[in-house]
Amino acid sequence: MSYFKRRDVLAQLVTAALALLAVSWLVGNVMSNLERQNISTGFGFLSERAGFGINQTLINYNEDDTYFRVLLVGLSNTLLVSTLGVIFASLIGFSVGVARLSSNWLVSRIAMVYVEIFRNVPLLLQIMFWYFGVLRNLPSPRRATAIGDSIFLTNRGLILPWFEAGAGAWVYLPAIGLLIAGFFFMRRRALRSRLLTGAPTPVWRIMAGLALLLVALLYVFVGFPFSADMPALKGFNFRGGLVVIPEFAALLLALSLYTAAFIAEIVRAGIMSVNKGQTEAASALGLPEARTLNLVVLPQALRVIIPPLTSQYLNLTKNSSLAVAIAYPDIVSVFAGTTLTQVGQAVEIIFITMMIYLTLSLLTSFAMNQYNRRVALVGQNT
Amino acid sequence: MRAWTPSPARPAPVNTIGAWGWVRRNLMATPRDMVMTLLAAAFLFWLLDVVIGWAFLNASFTGVDRSACLKQVQGACWPFIEAKFGQFIYGRYPEAERWRVNLVFAAGIIGLLPMLIPAAPYKRVNAVFLLGFFPVFAFALLTGGMFGLTEVSTSDWGGLLVTLVVAITGIVASLPLGIALALGRRAQLPVLRALCIGFIEIFRGVPLITVLFMASVMLPLFLPDGVNFDKLMRCLIGVALFSSAYMAEVVRGGLQAIPKGQVEAAAALGMSYWKTTRLIVLPQALKMVVPGIVNTFIGLFKDTTLVLIVGLFDLLGIVQLHFTDASWATPETHITGYVFAGFVFWAFCFAMSRYSIFMEKRLSTDAD
Repeated sequence: MSYFKRRDVLAQLVTAALALLAVSWLVGNVMSNLERQNISTGFGFLSERAGFGINQTLINYNEDDTYFRVLLVGLSNTLLVSTLGVIFASLIGFSVGVARLSSNWLVSRIAMVYVEIFRNVPLLLQIMFWYFGVLRNLPSPRRATAIGDSIFLTNRGLILPWFEAGAGAWVYLPAIGLLIAGFFFMRRRALRSRLLTGAPTPVWRIMAGLALLLVALLYVFVGFPFSADMPALKGFNFRGGLVVIPEFAALLLALSLYTAAFIAEIVRAGIMSVNKGQTEAASALGLPEARTLNLVVLPQALRVIIPPLTSQYLNLTKNSSLAVAIAYPDIVSVFAGTTLTQVGQAVEIIFITMMIYLTLSLLTSFAMNQYNRRVALVGQNT
Repeated sequence: MRAWTPSPARPAPVNTIGAWGWVRRNLMATPRDMVMTLLAAAFLFWLLDVVIGWAFLNASFTGVDRSACLKQVQGACWPFIEAKFGQFIYGRYPEAERWRVNLVFAAGIIGLLPMLIPAAPYKRVNAVFLLGFFPVFAFALLTGGMFGLTEVSTSDWGGLLVTLVVAITGIVASLPLGIALALGRRAQLPVLRALCIGFIEIFRGVPLITVLFMASVMLPLFLPDGVNFDKLMRCLIGVALFSSAYMAEVVRGGLQAIPKGQVEAAAALGMSYWKTTRLIVLPQALKMVVPGIVNTFIGLFKDTTLVLIVGLFDLLGIVQLHFTDASWATPETHITGYVFAGFVFWAFCFAMSRYSIFMEKRLSTDAD
């Protein structure tokens, strides 16, 4: 309908006027309150010295850096825990969702109990359980629980062997990227030629050969500039190795297990939405169970799975803000927390934080919508 | 002439019926299944061993302080829960006044139970009691300061009381707000629609914790000098706005699923927009999204724990607070407290989800 009744136009004008009035009233209040309380305004504080330390930084940071740097550190920590959380939650969620539909009674019951427990207990409680209840109760470094002789569980974190990269190591990074890109390119070509001629291409074997060749070339030209960095107990704490701080481990664990319970239900609903005839047809063609799942059921189920899965990924990203409860230095904790306390400019800081989450949400939905379009299209063509 | 008599049906093969048949079909259909069953059984056995050992066999059940729970083999420290139980339910609500909380709980249950049982009569009277009388009654009784009741500041409220107050207010406020927002989002009027879309997308795009920060830090800035709410009230506003955005999206799903013919038929009968919405669209749409609505309720109930971050003491907050009590400091206090709080939350959420499945089946008008 492109025409409006006079009453409707009037109603809209009134709504708009009321909204404007409300906004100007609020802004006016904020202005007068800020002035009265002597709180400065503007984003100038971002270039001031922060003066506090952060216990996990992916980018270089020290106390003399600015609040803007703090924002970046917090954002990178949020992105790290969300990305890893999405990966782990998907892996666990898909496995549990498939197990939930297993013909094996015991397996499906265990999956059901997992889902019912983990999704009905508040996430914040789970985070605190893992952090204060479990990880903080681990022994001190001197009495650390050792797995093998290079992985240690302590109340200061999980200590893993890592590597040190020497000169020229960066060359390996683009090389690995090239290899991965090559793999996807190969797979697409292999699929196309298979659809045309029916002849399979041994993609994996070719890729393994190429990888060996690449490594040999790299070895000849830049050598192998990596050395192992093994953790060792020195005095009261471990030196060397990669230290996963307990805040990070607890948050990642809780986020993955909690979100996985929801993903499992989504996967189950998706698989159940695929017509049973498809499975029967596949088994009539002699496809084994695992390949039926991978080649017939899941591709069709994905169409149903992707949209709710997207909102779970978004939830996980937003839920990572609960980090503030256990002081994992994510953006809410170091920026909307510590920085806000030090600077006191609540309006600007909360605004920036909310904008960042909004941007992350929009970017994730955009990416998932692109993927969804591809999956949906494949479905229509076949 | 010989009549044809069918030979009697042979019994099913012995190994497909009865308990043994069930085991064969469900636990050991193939060799792979057998391996899986064995692995799963081993895992289950290990898990039960750990859980039962911790919660019962090695647990302490009686005692008045930490000494009861300092044993060689570690198990749950249940006396901690027993000693703090009153605090976990009422918070710092004065002990002499706790009967008021109990009365509110009782009135709530009396109002709610017949509402949830489909066969119970007088639904209309009941609804008026629950939505009209009960909130006023609960507010007056809990805050006091009138009818000769001593005033109890909301900063003294705590535990399950705060959890339930936040959750129930959020649930009661978010449904009408969410419906209004969903209708606004589908309205023909561009200004109204834009406002609703903006509201919904902003609140759905940010974490609840930032909304709560905003409510607790920024709300005082938004109001004129001198006007202020207490902290609980500010959190309630934040939670209600946040969950109404999610509710709006759930309701919108239902609205979109109503065939256009329904609205057109109503228009052909001369029904106005509001009449169509109230009598034709909403009853069908809401029925369709009962699971979604209950899921939002469950999410809201779990999200009430976040108020502890802005300094209110809900059930989890108060459990957390009592960990600092030195007379109960044992290695097992934390886990015991979390298991207790977790179980309470779990029981509420699980009950809600089961009830939603029950209602879904009941409301279903599909012939099957």
